[in-house]
Amino acid sequence: MIKAEWFYWLVGALFLVMAAQMAADRTNPKRFGTAAFWGLLGAGFVYSSWVVDKSAPAEPLGAAVLVMICLAAFGFTGRGKPRTTTTEERRASARKHGSKLFIPALTIPAVALVCAVLVPKLSFGGTPLLQKGSETILGLGVGAIVALVLAMVMLRDKKVAAPLHAGRSMLESMGWAMLLPQLLATLGTIFAVSGVGKQVGIITEAVLPHDSVLIAVVVYCVGMFLFTVIMGNGFAAFPVMTAAVGWPVLIEQANGNAPAILAIGMLCGFCGTLVTPMAANFNVVPAALLELKDQYGPIKAQLPTAVALLGCNIVIMAAFAF
Amino acid sequence: MIVLLGVLVVIIGFATRRNPLLVVGVAGIATGFLGGLSPQKVLAAFGDGFASSRAVTIFVITLPVIGLLERYGLQEQARNLISRFAKLTTGRFLTLYLVLRQGFAALGLRDLFGPAQTVRPLAAPMAEGAAERRYGTLPDKTREKIRSFTASADNVGLFFGEDVFLAVGSILLITGFANSTYHTHLEPLQLALWAIPTGLCALVVHGGRLLRMDRTLERELLGARVELATQEAAK
Repeated sequence: MIKAEWFYWLVGALFLVMAAQMAADRTNPKRFGTAAFWGLLGAGFVYSSWVVDKSAPAEPLGAAVLVMICLAAFGFTGRGKPRTTTTEERRASARKHGSKLFIPALTIPAVALVCAVLVPKLSFGGTPLLQKGSETILGLGVGAIVALVLAMVMLRDKKVAAPLHAGRSMLESMGWAMLLPQLLATLGTIFAVSGVGKQVGIITEAVLPHDSVLIAVVVYCVGMFLFTVIMGNGFAAFPVMTAAVGWPVLIEQANGNAPAILAIGMLCGFCGTLVTPMAANFNVVPAALLELKDQYGPIKAQLPTAVALLGCNIVIMAAFAF
Repeated sequence: MIVLLGVLVVIIGFATRRNPLLVVGVAGIATGFLGGLSPQKVLAAFGDGFASSRAVTIFVITLPVIGLLERYGLQEQARNLISRFAKLTTGRFLTLYLVLRQGFAALGLRDLFGPAQTVRPLAAPMAEGAAERRYGTLPDKTREKIRSFTASADNVGLFFGEDVFLAVGSILLITGFANSTYHTHLEPLQLALWAIPTGLCALVVHGGRLLRMDRTLERELLGARVELATQEAAK
């Protein structure tokens, strides 16, 4: 059986190899700091396997994360001059290879699709080929490897270092944004352990009038939205807001339709996810990948939609859930 | 009450545009201490959080092949391809992308598309290419705007499509939480059905905004060109 942890080791190894390339890259004025940042990230990916199954302490990993934060926040990381093709060369190559170039790129989602839909039905002697519940992420990994081999064969590029250098310069251009999603997930856990959710619940309850269903609907929906903006994802907000308003007031007191209220409540949280930099993997990382000058560009594009949909949710809940 | 100071740190940090890593790190340490955790517990929390959230970073595995293809002109070819379809304007193309993204997410295939594997190498160059065909070279501001809207189409499609699928994390979280906390019995199917109305609203609202982009681009870019021409004429 192919395990999800093996895939994480592969990603960790990729970071470590790229870190070695960075350390050797003399065009990067801060090459050692940069290499240390990505090297720690790679080592952390591998070490995490034992943290997850509780056979190694989590504290050293936590210390490594804090070192990574300091390296990035105090300017010890930089980027080298990528050895890449010019726009002219790219245009010429695009004319030469044509739409064949799309084949490897589309192989990634195609393989992921097969892994998600068909492969779970396969099993060898009772054990499934891919670890259960991880089929899609493993599919992404398998797809990326198949696509890489296909691309190198098709383009007759035999240098293994070429894709690694190309991927590395994308990493360098994204920089610290890569670590942010994982760090925010951590912050969410710390918020939960420290009782931030409980406090927000107490405040919500204090300001909640208990006589109007409509106002309670608005408080639940807007509360989910705002709390998600603070925490970065709706999963943290949902138990808190539901315990404070959703279940006791809307479902028990006002006799609302439970599936409707809870499902729409969660979607109010998703509206919050669209507008918060705390949801870094959706909002900040794409800005870095697209090399935007304004890291809040995607959020600005999503804000009007998020507000409109929050309104839709309130109307749908008020009209159909009671 | 005092643990909410950590939230305040985050808000002030992001609002004053400090380095987000530093903001989150400081907020995490401060909240941990205010919540009564020992330094060792805080360190362990950072370690555990990192280890259990690695899935958000695995898209890195696609970067070498995407990077290689980009060196061979993938983005340029995406632009070339789109310019053959004269009717496919930026807004129409992005609406099509939104529909596909939402449709696949509703079938439970959320990792099929994404910022690293489709938005950067394919969708964003195509959206830009469609605008370039009409208006020539684009000013940087317009380029940023088109890219931001491509990212938004990807997110909106994903968020309001995935909940229509039964086995997605958020649906299972709802049933798990409600069934264990309140001893009730909710079925994922009931919840997924209630995600459909909002999903349709999302398609209409965001699709409408994407389609309207064509008019905004026309006004902004033709306006800029007319202005340029009058300046030339005045000389």
